[in-house]
Amino acid sequence: MCLAIPGQVVEIVDEERRLAKVDVAGVQRNVNVGLLDGNAGAGVAAGDWVLIHVGFAISKVDEQEARATRDLLVRMGADYEQELEELKASVIE
Amino acid sequence: MRFVDEYRDPDLGRALAGEILSLVEPGRHYKLMEVCGGHTHSIYKYGVDDLLPGNVELVHGPGCPVCVIPMGRVDDGIALAHEPGVIFTCFGDMMRVPGSDGSLLDAKARGADIRMVYSPLDALRIAKQNPDREVVFFAIGFETTAPSTALTLKRARAERVENFSCMCSHVTIVPPLRALLESPDLRLDGFIGPGHVSTVVGARPFEFIPADYGKPVVIAGFEPLDILQAVAMILAQLSQDRCEVENQYKRVVPYEGNLRALEVMAEVFELRPHFEWRGLGFISHSGLRLSEAYADLDAERRFGVPGVRVADPKACQCGEVLKGVIKPWECKVFGTACTPERPIGTCMVSSEGACAAYYNFGRFAREREVV
Repeated sequence: MCLAIPGQVVEIVDEERRLAKVDVAGVQRNVNVGLLDGNAGAGVAAGDWVLIHVGFAISKVDEQEARATRDLLVRMGADYEQELEELKASVIE
Repeated sequence: MRFVDEYRDPDLGRALAGEILSLVEPGRHYKLMEVCGGHTHSIYKYGVDDLLPGNVELVHGPGCPVCVIPMGRVDDGIALAHEPGVIFTCFGDMMRVPGSDGSLLDAKARGADIRMVYSPLDALRIAKQNPDREVVFFAIGFETTAPSTALTLKRARAERVENFSCMCSHVTIVPPLRALLESPDLRLDGFIGPGHVSTVVGARPFEFIPADYGKPVVIAGFEPLDILQAVAMILAQLSQDRCEVENQYKRVVPYEGNLRALEVMAEVFELRPHFEWRGLGFISHSGLRLSEAYADLDAERRFGVPGVRVADPKACQCGEVLKGVIKPWECKVFGTACTPERPIGTCMVSSEGACAAYYNFGRFAREREVV
């Protein structure tokens, strides 16, 4: 649960509950984007890259940072695969 | 230079190693603490310390949220999981942490309904799907994770999910750092500040470290190049007699943190008078519980928990590892009685724990050096 993994927002699926569908290495799951509502440049839109931690987007990043972080995680091996497995099992509604 | 060819920019890695070498005073020993378990993991995985001069030592701090949970808290969780009708939910990392009579995984094998979840929102969904059961979420983690629990509790309140509650074991990063700085058995020269925690809290909470203790802090990202650059920035501060909070991870960490996350945390949580940390003992105002406004969602109030304090096993030296007083391999049971498969101490459980990170990556390099 310690990892924050990059994903790209596919679409906002529930505006009121602040849920967005994100794509993480080909896995598409819902996450909550409500924590990104406060700061300047608030909110997210389709195409944005975010760091995801326990089912919540905790920060917006640019694409280059997202790809670099993903490369680092891929090289971590088993821990990243474990995190992806846990994400796959997640059903946030 | 082992591993440097695997870095994103090997030339930059070599350049940073050279810069670090030029910044150290021969004859002076530098002790820098990295606070975050993610940093510890990267350091061992990529052999970052191999690129540092011999007189620059990295010590691993108490930044792994699983590692700092005391045994008594695990026992409390297991007691809750055995309450009639309860579905107990927690992160996967927490399942194998030993209590005084086994882990949550062992309790599950004995029949308790314990389920691993990826997100607190998964726990909330389980509650909605099982209206005739009580669903408890065992919340752990630093400020990176606490806002997610807070938003989940707000959601539970808004949707009137009455069979959901939270056993809150969230902790905050500043009090243990202050405790370490006050500790007489540890002399530190600077801190590599945590990346993800800082996305939430920002840089400001670390300003007491230069202000009150005269030590530099550099908030850093997780790539080996980030860590090397942070080391160079700390050494530059020391060589110029500066000390301040600098942000190497500006591309992700805003100075003011995440305002929305801080706001929901302030609404849902309050500081406990004190909280016990594995190996560090009780630290004032270091843990979070649900605020009065959310007291009805507090599992500890709903069920009552034993709250018994359990001393760490005698053989286990997690406390000294968490304070950076000893290295993982200096613990008497490291790699023998205590392994990732059969952990005695928490530092061996999570892959971010210093002992597990060293066991998985570092020891092979060390064995090669010995040979």
